[in-house]
Amino acid sequence: MNMLNVTVDAAKVPALQVERSPGYWQTVGRRLLRDPSALVAGAMILFLMILAVFGPWLAPADPYASSMLNRLKPIGTEGYPLGSDELGRDMLSRLIVGARLSLFMGITPVIFAFAIGASIGIVAGYAGGALNTVIMRTIDVFYAFPSVLLAIALSGALGAGITNSLISLTVVFIPPIARVAESVTTQIRSRDFVEAARASGADAFTIVRVHVLGNVLGPIFVYATSLIAVSMILASGLSFLGLGVKPPEPEWGLMLNTLRTAIYVQPWIAALPGVMIFFTSIAFNLLSDGLRSAMEIKQ
Amino acid sequence: MIAFLLRRLVYTLPIMLGVALVCFALVHLAPGDPLVSILPPDASGEMQAQLRTLYGFDRSYPEQFASWVWRAVQGDLGTSIASGRAVTDEVLKAVGNTLRLAVFATLIGFVFGCLFGFVAGYFQNSWVDKAASLTAVLGVSVPHYWLGMVMVIVFAVILGWLPPGGAGPGGSGDWLWNWEHMQHLVLPAVTMSVIPMGIIARTVRALVADILAQEFIVGLRAKGLTDLGIFMHVLKNAAPTALAVMGLQLGYLLGGSILIETVFSWPGAGFLLNSAIFQRDLPLLQGTILVLAMFFVVLNLLVDVIQGALDPRIAR
Amino acid sequence: MTPLLEVQGLVKHFPLKKDMMGRGGGVVRAVDGVSFEVQRGETLGVVGESGCGKSTTARLLMHLIAPDRGDIIFDARAVGGRELGLKNYRRQVQMVFQDSYASLNPRLTIEDSIAFAPQVHGIGRAEAVSRARDLLARVGLAPQRFAERYPHELSGGQRQRINIARALALQPRIIILDEAVSALDKSVEAQVLNLLLDLKDEYGLTYIFISHDLNVVRYISDRVMVMYLGQVVEIGHSETLFEDPRHPYTRALLSSIPSMDPDHRTEKPALAGDPPNPINPPSGCRFHTRCERAEAVCSQRMPTLAGGAAGHPVACLMYEPGSGHSAAEKAAA
Repeated sequence: MNMLNVTVDAAKVPALQVERSPGYWQTVGRRLLRDPSALVAGAMILFLMILAVFGPWLAPADPYASSMLNRLKPIGTEGYPLGSDELGRDMLSRLIVGARLSLFMGITPVIFAFAIGASIGIVAGYAGGALNTVIMRTIDVFYAFPSVLLAIALSGALGAGITNSLISLTVVFIPPIARVAESVTTQIRSRDFVEAARASGADAFTIVRVHVLGNVLGPIFVYATSLIAVSMILASGLSFLGLGVKPPEPEWGLMLNTLRTAIYVQPWIAALPGVMIFFTSIAFNLLSDGLRSAMEIKQ
Repeated sequence: MIAFLLRRLVYTLPIMLGVALVCFALVHLAPGDPLVSILPPDASGEMQAQLRTLYGFDRSYPEQFASWVWRAVQGDLGTSIASGRAVTDEVLKAVGNTLRLAVFATLIGFVFGCLFGFVAGYFQNSWVDKAASLTAVLGVSVPHYWLGMVMVIVFAVILGWLPPGGAGPGGSGDWLWNWEHMQHLVLPAVTMSVIPMGIIARTVRALVADILAQEFIVGLRAKGLTDLGIFMHVLKNAAPTALAVMGLQLGYLLGGSILIETVFSWPGAGFLLNSAIFQRDLPLLQGTILVLAMFFVVLNLLVDVIQGALDPRIAR
Repeated sequence: MTPLLEVQGLVKHFPLKKDMMGRGGGVVRAVDGVSFEVQRGETLGVVGESGCGKSTTARLLMHLIAPDRGDIIFDARAVGGRELGLKNYRRQVQMVFQDSYASLNPRLTIEDSIAFAPQVHGIGRAEAVSRARDLLARVGLAPQRFAERYPHELSGGQRQRINIARALALQPRIIILDEAVSALDKSVEAQVLNLLLDLKDEYGLTYIFISHDLNVVRYISDRVMVMYLGQVVEIGHSETLFEDPRHPYTRALLSSIPSMDPDHRTEKPALAGDPPNPINPPSGCRFHTRCERAEAVCSQRMPTLAGGAAGHPVACLMYEPGSGHSAAEKAAA
């Protein structure tokens, strides 16, 4: 109807009349909400976050209070709904409070690795040429180690403790993220709209900020979320070996370690902390799968 | 073909050197005196200096690195501070044990992974697919050391069918392929197989679904090819990638076996690594990490080469 | 009249990487000595087969890739020299690409895409957006319907209009259209071509129109340049060139246009063989392997654009006096 009249003075049209379409992330969000496994994963993660944030208030007993008389009581004992550990501490409380540290140890390295790895990869991918080769070959050297080996070797070298574990896990996850970032950035860089941006005289920094970041951060982010589950298992694994969190902090991996000798006495209690790790890992894997599907939008 | 191999080799050499450098640097990051484990507390300054010279700790880092690499290339990885035995011997023996375990685990994982993956990909979106995919997700998500513990609990503690750990009556020193020894292999191998199973299942499912969706399959059906024939086609197309993933998984298992070996007290390279760390046995630590990492690099190289040979598009 | 754009001896070779088996290597001589001029206000059509170097030339003109040798002179000033920096040059020469979808950032709204370039050159956001909306209206897309949409929601024709609007945003002097209408349906193509003609008159633009579609080029161009294997073989006024092509390649190209006249059916294909490889071009005149008028001297001497009448240069030994070709001797005689 109005299409014939092309000389409408557009600047005078009030903005309210402009038709808006949903942005990219809104579309992704909508698709996620319609995916049942993603919703389940979301609920699981919400549950874990509640434990992490409100743990100390939710726990029925003091997770540090030991009692040699009440060691390794079975599940269902009065006062110890999930039994007690090898030092007589309430398992339920320790599991609940342990969520905070365990999740922290698992998620934080991925966040740092995302920040550092994505930066390295994007720079390498956009710059191309010699800089790219130097950066990526260095990354390749670290990528040549199996991740478990690298994590343990680094932790072994640095020593036990929370900070050292965080450092070693971050280092382990930087190479894969950097690789994905470089690959995606290189693809985007050769697209016509980036060339068009260069043709308009913009400098590299502006082009990366306006055109590249919006297109690459999504895929890199999804990849990073798929690493959270691995990170959780690895972080707990380090504590399991005695290289991570130190006693008496409640952390699921560490609990598995100290309860190992109890498998002959109270096998199911010894297995409980692992159930939490398993639960968390499933949740994050489902979430990252759901994100990946939701982001494969018609392009 | 030879040129291809040589080219890949040349590309890998600097990586190997880099890996050696990282190994060396990692180990020397460790704070503390490397000799503290064997020096008696009242050792004289002279004795300390002697030992230091013996192990070469008095020279500069670049010198130490160079001489270590030089000797490593000739097969000498130094002497273990804790045990006094040659590092090379200890590591190779331990790696042999790990290989036994890892190869079994990879084979089991590959077989079941392919099974689940194929079934899921063929019957896409049916309940079979969902069940198989769920199993794969579980496989990938499970903390394998915990699974090991659970297996020990169920099969050793409660049921008593299988031993809870170790590598056989005489230790791993004399391994024989009989049930007395093999029974020690079952639990750790099955536990270890779960993660590669999950990954291979997911990969194969995606591959099969992809291939089936391609137009040439429709063309084949139109030509009257039977379902079995189509199956063989899918197999041929999926094989290179599936094998590549299997090879890579073997590499990961080799390097990452430490957790399971700890749970099952399996005397493999991971177990050795563990003791080397806690005893701060620098030469042993260096040597073990190096050998494990090198295995991984060489395995990657092999996988690349085989893929190049099998998949005509890559070698082109 | 000084030409608005002058190109002298542009050369661009791409080295080929050896593949994993050690094969390959060598050099793609994508653009091998290209010289021409573009006058103010004209439309220069550029035609040729795939691989002749048209797109590479376009990118060299935009300085998206750096030439190995050669000069680009814009308005009598050397590009990249002291008088004319790259950023300034890029403000005055813009390009519209073939793939309308890939040319637009899928994450930006339409008006953001158009407003990007002006903001780069210092124009404030509010004014840039307002200019973007004006341009949208000018290319026939109602701003209130299209400004805040995303590329994937629009059709190819609409996207190309947006690309044109984007090119206009910096108020350039020259617009290079690299196969800009090739991917569109015919009816849409006609609309966009007419839009381009209107805009040219209204804004006083100069166009370089690259295409493999000879009919379109004839319709829109004032002069036409024919390229073959990285070199220019003929330049002339559109009607003259189409009525009376000189270079054997141009002749063959033009006779390959299917005729609508049943009495003049095309019997045999004009050009034999595949287009040769720009990695190993034939010696001497690059067309001699497919030319029906080729003689021995054609494989030895490289023709230049010196041949032919002034205003209609032809790179063919037949038109170069003293070249050794029999036709040249006859013409001189």
